Amino acid sequence: MPPLPFPPSTPLSWYLGLSAILFALGVAGFLFRRNIITVFMSIELMLNAVNLTFVTFSYKLKQVDGHIYSFFVMVVAAAEAAVGLAIILTVFKNRRTLEIDEVSSLKN
Amino acid sequence: MQQLWLIPILPLAGFLINGLFGRSSKALVNAVAAGSVLLSFLWVVKTLFALGAFSGGLESTYVEHYYTWIQSGTLNIGVDFAVDRLTAVMLMVVTGVGFLIHVYAIGYMAHEGGYYRFFAYLNLFMFFMLILVLGANYLMLFVGWEGVGLCSYLLVGFYFLEKFATDAGNKAFIVNRIGDFGFSLAIFLIVIHFGTLDFGKVFGQVKDMPVEASPGWITAICMLLLVGATGKSAQIPLYVWLPDAMAGPTPVSALIHAATMVTAGVYMIARSSQIYLHSAFALDIVAIVGLTTAFFAATVGLAQNDIKKVFAYSTVSQLGYMFLGLGTGAFSAGIFHLMTHAFFKALLFLGAGSVIHALSGEQDLRQMGGLARKIPITCVTLFCGGVAIAGVPPFSGFFSKDAILAAAFHHAPWMYWVGVFTAFMTAFYVFRALFLCFFGEYRGHAHPHESPFVMWGPLAVLAALSLGGGFINVPKFLEPIFPLAAEGGDEWLMYVSVAAGLGGILLAYIFYVAAPSLADGVANSFRGLYTLIYNKYFVDEFYDATVVRPLVDGSRTLLWRGVDVEVIDGAVNGIGQRARNIGGFFKLAQSGYIRSYAAWVVLGSILLLIVAAVTGGLR
Repeated sequence: MPPLPFPPSTPLSWYLGLSAILFALGVAGFLFRRNIITVFMSIELMLNAVNLTFVTFSYKLKQVDGHIYSFFVMVVAAAEAAVGLAIILTVFKNRRTLEIDEVSSLKN
Repeated sequence: MQQLWLIPILPLAGFLINGLFGRSSKALVNAVAAGSVLLSFLWVVKTLFALGAFSGGLESTYVEHYYTWIQSGTLNIGVDFAVDRLTAVMLMVVTGVGFLIHVYAIGYMAHEGGYYRFFAYLNLFMFFMLILVLGANYLMLFVGWEGVGLCSYLLVGFYFLEKFATDAGNKAFIVNRIGDFGFSLAIFLIVIHFGTLDFGKVFGQVKDMPVEASPGWITAICMLLLVGATGKSAQIPLYVWLPDAMAGPTPVSALIHAATMVTAGVYMIARSSQIYLHSAFALDIVAIVGLTTAFFAATVGLAQNDIKKVFAYSTVSQLGYMFLGLGTGAFSAGIFHLMTHAFFKALLFLGAGSVIHALSGEQDLRQMGGLARKIPITCVTLFCGGVAIAGVPPFSGFFSKDAILAAAFHHAPWMYWVGVFTAFMTAFYVFRALFLCFFGEYRGHAHPHESPFVMWGPLAVLAALSLGGGFINVPKFLEPIFPLAAEGGDEWLMYVSVAAGLGGILLAYIFYVAAPSLADGVANSFRGLYTLIYNKYFVDEFYDATVVRPLVDGSRTLLWRGVDVEVIDGAVNGIGQRARNIGGFFKLAQSGYIRSYAAWVVLGSILLLIVAAVTGGLR
């Protein structure tokens, strides 16, 4: 199959810019939000921002490696979501709170 | 080969069997304990017969070499046993008297707890004592010396549930350490100057050396050996442990603290006589230490009310006599007295034990009296010991004491007179104890009963030995080792000392039987002196104030709170504290907040991006 032409109307930098914005939003959410679920979603956001970069470069360079990496990341993210949500549920059951700063009994 | 090693090994085997399996059966303990010592005694007799000791043989030393223990440069120390006539006397005394005391102890300890432990220790003691007398070099002697000290400690503190017994055990052990310190220094000096520790070689070398005109290193060796001897043989200034050692069971007092172990110092000095003969100064010191001890211990004995304490001070005093004999050059007389003293003092202690046993543990003379009719056998045998120690002819103490006093007179007449006065006091205090115990009215509340045969049998044998032991001519027997000085017969010396002994007995009779009120009157008219000797010259208090307390307080304040807590603990804890401080500084970076770590990561990656942007990125 002949390679698809890269759409000239959408320059590469837009994809990368979107990825950077998503990643920055993820970082900001991780740093500044207190709710565990929001923090968790921020992490997912960062992962997907990176996925977008992988796919973009993979498409641009006509190599399949990036796609494979992004699938890896999705698999890991799915597993993480399963474990993470289970932890969050248990924490909520036990502590009746989702404030991340109040779940600190292991500190010190 | 005469298999000398069997002599000490038999009691050691007894120790192991009793110690390991003795808990199960008293009969086994009895058979093994007394049997092993009896076999050892028989082997001694057999060996001495084979060596001709009883028929004029054994004029030189018979040595058996087993193996080399230490080989270092030219110094060669072997595990060697040797027998000469001096050792022969010691072996007979140790195993013979030791066996009798073992038999006696079977009766005496019958109702005591820790039965097998007692006999195990007693056998172990016999093992070390035999090593001590058989050893053919100073190191073997030292091994036995330390071993008997250990057993003494174990047996003095036998009633370890009583505070005073463990205290007495500790005291005996610690005071002996001071003496052993001197002894070990003497051994080092001998190694330095003679290059060997073998008795034969050391004495062979010293024979060719000139007698020291002024104190030199030979004198130093002698004085250090004397320090060791004063510890083990309870002489001034280290005698204080022996009276306290009476906290042990009575057979122990008889065996270890009267008949055998405490004579180890006398034996050691007699053994080293060749060295001592090369230092007139050291010999004089030995004589003076002995005489002073004999005199002062006798005065203390005058006023004691505990029957065992009386005999304990008597032991110290009689050991002083032996030292006087050694110091005046009459080594054979000293050993003679050692032997007769082993007979009559073991008898006195065992007899005292029999009295205590009869009175169910009472030791205070004031609670006795009138026992002659109730325990007649004990009474008769004790009086046999009494006349022997008082020097009444023709009983054993008379011969040996007379030999020592004669030598003292030829050395310095004043020593003779002090010795005679001491003999007077000896007769007085021993008979005071006997009269208080057996005459007059019974003052106690127990129900006296005669001891069983297993106890009075040994008493009877020892009584016979005390009465007849003087006819064993030990000085003649020891002539190959200690040549007899040709002394003219000053017969009046003998009459004076006999008169002193009889006078002491008579005075005791007047004070405590004929006119009992007189004694209190005399004691009252010399109130100050009486208080002084009743309290043993306050020597224990003096040592406590000058040595023990400063040592304890110094250790507590300086060594413990000062050196240990401040310096050593300070250094160790200080290092830990510094590590904590440094760690505390770096800990600031580890807040424990995930978000702060994430913020650091973000900041770092931004920093990297800026760097990349400024430098144009990686190419």
